[in-house]
Amino acid sequence: MSERLVIRGGRVIDPARRLDEIADVLVEDGQIVEVARGVAGDGAREIDARGLVVAPGFVDVHTHLRDPGLEYKEDIASGTRAAARGGFTTVCAMPNTQPAMDNRATVEYVLRKAAGEAIVRVLPIGAVSKDRAGRALAELGDLAETGCIGFSDDGAPVGDATLMRRALEYASAFGLPVIDHCEEPSLSHDAVMHEGWVATRLGLRGAPAAAESSMVERDVALAAATGGHVHIAHVSTRAAVDAVRRAKARGVQVTAEVTPHHLTLTDETVAFGARGGDALLYDTDAKVNPPLRPQDDVDACIDGLADGTIDCVATDHAPHALIEKLCEFDEAAFGISGLETAFGLCMRLVHAGRLDLATLVERMTIGPVRALGLDRAVPGIGTLATGAPADVVLVDPDAQWLVEPERFASKGKNTPLAGVTLRGAVIATIAAGRLVFESEAELV
Amino acid sequence: MTTIRTPEPRPAEPAAPAIAPSPDETAWRRRHLLDLDDFGAEEIELLMTTTDAMKEVLAREVPRVPALRGSTIITLFYENSTRTRSSFELAGKVLGADVINVAASSSSVTKGESLVDTVKTLQAIGADVIIMRHGRSGAPYLAARHAVCSIVNAGDGLHAHPTQALLDLYTMRARLGDVRGRKVVIVGDVLHSRVARSDMWLLTSLGAEVVVCAPPTLIPQGLAGAGEGQLPPVRVETDLDVAVRDADVVMALRMQNERMTGGFVPGVREYSRLYQVNAGRLARAKPAAFVMHPGPMNEGIEISHEVAHGLQSQVEEQVANGVAVRMAVLWLITRVGGRSRT
Ligand SMILES: [Zn+2]
Ligand SMILES: [Zn+2]
Repeated sequence: MSERLVIRGGRVIDPARRLDEIADVLVEDGQIVEVARGVAGDGAREIDARGLVVAPGFVDVHTHLRDPGLEYKEDIASGTRAAARGGFTTVCAMPNTQPAMDNRATVEYVLRKAAGEAIVRVLPIGAVSKDRAGRALAELGDLAETGCIGFSDDGAPVGDATLMRRALEYASAFGLPVIDHCEEPSLSHDAVMHEGWVATRLGLRGAPAAAESSMVERDVALAAATGGHVHIAHVSTRAAVDAVRRAKARGVQVTAEVTPHHLTLTDETVAFGARGGDALLYDTDAKVNPPLRPQDDVDACIDGLADGTIDCVATDHAPHALIEKLCEFDEAAFGISGLETAFGLCMRLVHAGRLDLATLVERMTIGPVRALGLDRAVPGIGTLATGAPADVVLVDPDAQWLVEPERFASKGKNTPLAGVTLRGAVIATIAAGRLVFESEAELV
Repeated sequence: MTTIRTPEPRPAEPAAPAIAPSPDETAWRRRHLLDLDDFGAEEIELLMTTTDAMKEVLAREVPRVPALRGSTIITLFYENSTRTRSSFELAGKVLGADVINVAASSSSVTKGESLVDTVKTLQAIGADVIIMRHGRSGAPYLAARHAVCSIVNAGDGLHAHPTQALLDLYTMRARLGDVRGRKVVIVGDVLHSRVARSDMWLLTSLGAEVVVCAPPTLIPQGLAGAGEGQLPPVRVETDLDVAVRDADVVMALRMQNERMTGGFVPGVREYSRLYQVNAGRLARAKPAAFVMHPGPMNEGIEISHEVAHGLQSQVEEQVANGVAVRMAVLWLITRVGGRSRT
């Protein structure tokens, strides 16, 4: 399966080892053998990386693969192909499948299917509660043994505070985090976007920022009280970033992620689209949960990512069928198909001078690995250290490309970025020593 | 959709002259009427003068003109509203169009047919104009994106009700001449009112001073302090006694029962004590001030019985002007749209 490869002459950024220099990367038997100048190829397949950045493969800790049960939206084959196109070599599969990944058998099904069909690594996340119903704990011990790297009822919050407390306590026995989608339902019910002038303009029901931040505050308090590890999914508000920052300063075991869209798009995208304009669009492809927020929240998320308050970028890749978005805004499904645009979208921050490239790479590689402790399951993941899995991405930070959803590998064509030009492209992805994606896109 | 009623046979066409020519139809470029948030003064003026011409038609002995003969207008109502639907239906018939009423179910999703499919079906059977009432904000925008025929928004969710705002404006101008510098107070459930949203856009764009008055729980987020161009520049006042001072027009909005049970206000008694438009409060407005209401009224709640039927009430004029305004809208958009005519 795996090849002997040498990736020549790229700018190697390996944040785990604070490495940022021109070097060659030698890969053999699915492992990194050497990162150095002038590596002897000895008949290895050569990849010319001059002018490109070579980094550890990206790690997405929040991916909805929809498999089993919702394969019309996405499946393990299509979802991992989308990941490869996006430069991701590891995706953590969210358990809101049908049936939910709340039991050993379903998780084993996912792992078995991934072994046969996935082209990048799939790490499962188990449900917190049985049927994700928010009432009784799922068998977290079984799930941990099966290979789950954390627990989440994502799609919904763990609404009941006592259940959250018990989950944090119980999961700490396995050293695994509880990943919470923070949204106080009694504040956000019926909401389809962020509450503010844009929602008022559109006549749409909005959720206040406090719906997110009040539950982040609760989770932080429970993590502090239990000593458990809470990971806050898709932080989107200034108040939530502040809550995480204060909690980290106090030594609470809290980590957090932010999506590319919450770092770059505002709630105005719902009204006017990602390309701007005056006409009202009611863009259902910009309908996502948590909702896109105003610029002030976006700025807080960027600052939080830059200063390390937010540990990592996670896509919350949420593919849907066309028909689920081609309808009235209120009826449309929440979610953005995000794997294939994640890097290009985040590069906006680098090009705008808000984040340096090495930090972005950190937040997409070793950042998520450390946040969720993934190196316990996969030693060396997220680095280019000798002996680490040969997961490598080649990117061109300046190449421009047009987002054409019809060319996505994902079944989910639901992105508000259709027709947008992004600057920053994935050129090739190597997963476990295998070239799983090579760009043939027209780059400018 | 549930029922399609066949159109009534068209009555014998009277040999009426065409309607008075509109002053400058070239100012009109719109194929759809979705909202008024991007209307210019010139377009509004054209609508108002066209409405004058339509009033003249309606005053004739036989109020029929063949202006839209051969056109098919379909009313597609996902929410019941006999008032608005009949007003549009009459407007279309006076202009000689065939009008078909489609009563759609309240939820297209549960019926299994999408809005886009419905619109395409209605086009296929020959609709030149679809007049649409829908409970979901933005639904007419979705329809317009997939339609070759014209879409007229007859009310969408909490978002907009442009023809109601136009008839409100027409009614005000009939009394005030010009609304510039006039004080219009909109009282009540602004949060859930598409009429208020369209009124605010239209009136502020013409230079009226608009004050909205409601308990803070019924004021939309961001309305106070919105940036330029984001939302209409209105003033928010929570005390009705203060708000109505020196008003030229007081418009009461319908207070629905579900808002009481939904926890927005403690109950009917307190709401009407604090926010009812009654004679005592009206006395604080200008002596010539008048009262409007988009209907249907809850007398005794948002408006007192005596004010609703008093000399200062313009509620009946609003209803009467509705037909003329809708005739004007249909006439103007079919100049541009109406695929069968091009
Ligand atoms: Zn979520
Ligand atoms: Zn998610």
